[in-house]
Amino acid sequence: MGAKSEKNKPFPGGIGRFRQKYDNNFLISFGIMIAIFLFCFLMIATGNATRHFKSLLVPAGINIILAISLNLVVGILGELSLGHAGFMSVGAYAGCLFSIYTQELFPIGVRFPLSLLVGGLVAAFFGLVIGVPVLRLKGDYLAIVTLAFGEIIRSVIINLDFTGGAAGLKNIEKHTTYTSVFIIILITLFVILNLINSRHGRAIMAIRDNRIAAESLGVNITYFKLLSFILAAFFAGIAGVLYGHNIGSLTAAQFDYNRSIEILVMVVLGGMGNIKGSIISAILITIIPEMLRGADKYRMLFYSIILIIMMLLNASPRFAEFKRKIRIKNLASALKSKSRQKEEV
Amino acid sequence: MSFLSQLINGLSVGSIYALIALGYTMVYGIAKMLNFAHGDVIMVGAYTIFTAVSMLGLDYWIAIILSVVFCTVLGIVIEKIAYKPLRKASPLTVLITAIGVSYLLQNIVLLIYGSHQRPFPKIISVKSIKIGENLVISGEAFFTMVITIVIMIILTLFIKNSKTGRAMVAVSEDKGAAELMGINVNRIISITFAIGSGLAAIAGLFFASTYGFIGPYSGAMPGIKAFIAAVLGGIGSIPGAMLGGILLGVVEGLSKAYISTELSDAIVFSILIVILLFKPSGLLGKNVTEKV
Amino acid sequence: MFKRFLATVLLLAMVVAVMASCKNESTAKNEFLIGGIGPLTGSAATYGTSVKNAAQLAIDEINENGGVNGMLLKLNFQDDANNPEKAVNAYNTLMDAGMKVLLGTVTSQPCIAVVEESHKDGILQITPSGSAVDCIKYDNAFRICFNDPDQGTASATYIAENLDVKKIGVIYDKSNVYSTGIFEKFKAAAKEKGLEIVSEQAFTDQSNTDFSVQLQNIRESGAELIFIPVYYQEAAYILTQANQAGMSIPFFGCDGLDGIIPQLGDNAQIAEGVMLLTPFAADAQDEKTQKFVKAYKEKYGSIPDQFAADAYDGIYTIAEAIKKAGVTSPDDPDLNQKLIDAMTKIEVKGLTGTMTWDASGEPKKEPKAVKIVNGAYKSMQ
Repeated sequence: MGAKSEKNKPFPGGIGRFRQKYDNNFLISFGIMIAIFLFCFLMIATGNATRHFKSLLVPAGINIILAISLNLVVGILGELSLGHAGFMSVGAYAGCLFSIYTQELFPIGVRFPLSLLVGGLVAAFFGLVIGVPVLRLKGDYLAIVTLAFGEIIRSVIINLDFTGGAAGLKNIEKHTTYTSVFIIILITLFVILNLINSRHGRAIMAIRDNRIAAESLGVNITYFKLLSFILAAFFAGIAGVLYGHNIGSLTAAQFDYNRSIEILVMVVLGGMGNIKGSIISAILITIIPEMLRGADKYRMLFYSIILIIMMLLNASPRFAEFKRKIRIKNLASALKSKSRQKEEV
Repeated sequence: MSFLSQLINGLSVGSIYALIALGYTMVYGIAKMLNFAHGDVIMVGAYTIFTAVSMLGLDYWIAIILSVVFCTVLGIVIEKIAYKPLRKASPLTVLITAIGVSYLLQNIVLLIYGSHQRPFPKIISVKSIKIGENLVISGEAFFTMVITIVIMIILTLFIKNSKTGRAMVAVSEDKGAAELMGINVNRIISITFAIGSGLAAIAGLFFASTYGFIGPYSGAMPGIKAFIAAVLGGIGSIPGAMLGGILLGVVEGLSKAYISTELSDAIVFSILIVILLFKPSGLLGKNVTEKV
Repeated sequence: MFKRFLATVLLLAMVVAVMASCKNESTAKNEFLIGGIGPLTGSAATYGTSVKNAAQLAIDEINENGGVNGMLLKLNFQDDANNPEKAVNAYNTLMDAGMKVLLGTVTSQPCIAVVEESHKDGILQITPSGSAVDCIKYDNAFRICFNDPDQGTASATYIAENLDVKKIGVIYDKSNVYSTGIFEKFKAAAKEKGLEIVSEQAFTDQSNTDFSVQLQNIRESGAELIFIPVYYQEAAYILTQANQAGMSIPFFGCDGLDGIIPQLGDNAQIAEGVMLLTPFAADAQDEKTQKFVKAYKEKYGSIPDQFAADAYDGIYTIAEAIKKAGVTSPDDPDLNQKLIDAMTKIEVKGLTGTMTWDASGEPKKEPKAVKIVNGAYKSMQ
């Protein structure tokens, strides 16, 4: 992640400066997203996409936003949070309630972006309220407290009247489209990658790597911890609003700790602090269980085995070696030598 | 009178949490990993007894021994296959793998036994103790409490006095240094897992006997609650796990009885947060000072 | 760098594989595909499994007798883990597979999400057990079970008119839409009928195994009857713990309680005296029920519950609608409209009673109040 420019000015020196500020990671992440978008777009345009495929695009996109934002807390800041689904639910309820109650006030083009913003801001506010007392805790203690907050939020939502209680919120207009999710992903990517590549980002990573050293260098620990926590909550809230406007109804049960854990799985699988990895693993975790539908009752069994194997492979040094070996060049030369061998035979 | 009996209700739930938390905190404190699959090992233990007694018609004692042995072996196998290759990986990677193992156990049981809850054979049957007119302590609850205390004492003595126990403490404090002192770290972690899983089998027995039914997902919630109890008591502290479990049960019971049944979960979790804010490393946890 | 490239390639390969696997399954000629959606994994799995099993049983029976109008029925049942998002994914998978009618979804929340989609496609949707009002809010959706508000009102009316009790205690699941739906209506109706709810005890899915505190609270409130609008899995815990605590207050429940006797196993005597409103009784004496229970037990090794009975009736309802509509080919261009129109014209004599439907989609049938005596249901009037 070596951002080279120390200046705060936004690339005044033209494209060279641009390259300096936005390193490869930045461009690759965007490249991946745009490639995926174009691929899906082509699939749909040429009529090759099945309904199942199309119905997976939005959930995958929402998971990408969730994974990227949680990565900011878990990977970049280095604090374990098990309450991401809690922020998602707060945002989802706030945004969807806003959009229901302002149905007559604003046209859709204004209302939907506004409800996204409302959802994000309310979630960010909760991030602030929860973050201030809680971020003093470390490691597993922070994990358990965030888990507890997620469950408290769920319990409270069930008991409130305006959230619909156990029956949930219904009749939310379905406005989330493939394109709108894509735009939000790009915004999320832009904001978070910019943060990582800035002075702020380096300060946050310094806290992760050595808190005491960072503190003694004058890094304001509380400020930066809160900043990443709130930002992550903000995007989780937006993802929640997108979720609500995709399914058309909300219940608290969808946002239990299992959901938080699922998002954490995406982050860890993709690599801590690795944004591109988060994008890819969010897509994988969304589609693998769906791909396995053909396996009938063995579906979740296979899923759990695949999950374990992926984690083991990811951590195995031999697999890393293997991945290095099969770079394109090596692959090509290996193929060549093989075909030569065949000819000789 | 009513307060006392509600307190007893809380204590009996708490003693179950405590029993589960003991096994949890063993693995948690020594191997320094959140074993999310612990709750599911409990469930497997209960199913083993169910199979032995209800399906094969074996004797209770044989069934219990079988279950403890099976879970111990299962724990060792899980450790060998899923956790050992990750010794050098980040703790989070291990956490996710443990979640994978948890799903795996749930789905294997789901496939073998089906999704419906099974009635659990009444193995532990102890007469209720009547103290007053309306004050009754159920025999199972009392027995659970006694067993939990006995296990707690044995574990504490084992860790303090035996060679293996002291090696465990050494591993938990500094793996590298322990290795240099000639301790086989891998072996110690395997033993920890074996003990933790054996305890899970016993917890499964008591959990299932108290509530009477088991299903493939029965272990998940108790697992989470035990995790909370272990953290509340202080990670790695065995008396802490006991205290945390009992406290969790009592708070849950009393808040249901006197504040609100609807919001009792929220109340329990809020109290947990408040306690941790004032005692950031749990009730009986050691405060470790950080060094640069 | 290459690692990422490899990952992307793998990913794309997988995406292609998904689509390949979802391409229309080659259905044999004149095979009528019925889709099913319900939880087969997760804590609600047992309900989805019952529906899947019973639906398959009904389809096998119909096919053995030559099918419907020359067509053979086929079931494709997809898991939704009781999650609306996954239910919509499952629905789209089924549409890709060429589903003609949807039997589902089993649980209410996913049903509310799926009915939006099926309404857009205009296909006939019959939910066996989605009891929330909004599950069938469109013209294309019908249901087999009773809806929640009706059960709440019916329970209160029955208790007020037939039982000699005035003080009621309630234990319900605050996190469950079925339970809260019934309870809210029950509360309103009980007030009208002059019943007094002396104790309202809730629980949630975060703590649904220990009810000792709730029971203690009710005992102290002086209730004469405990109303439990919950499913049999939780009811089994409640009854067992009430028995352990030596309580002798009678219990009254709704159709979700059906299945309690096999659930309790050897301890079935605990359920002695429990009353419930139910349209189906696994030990009813009529030939149809007995045949169904026997076949189900032989094939799946367990006694069918309410969900299974609803699903079985659901499949026969679909078959009846196909007959009435005179559809002879699954490729009929007006298939959807014909079937939906037929639904309001048919009468189905099922396990759960004789049913007819009007445009609202609600079944017209009467719940029976039964009491468990000597481990079997006994009608009360």
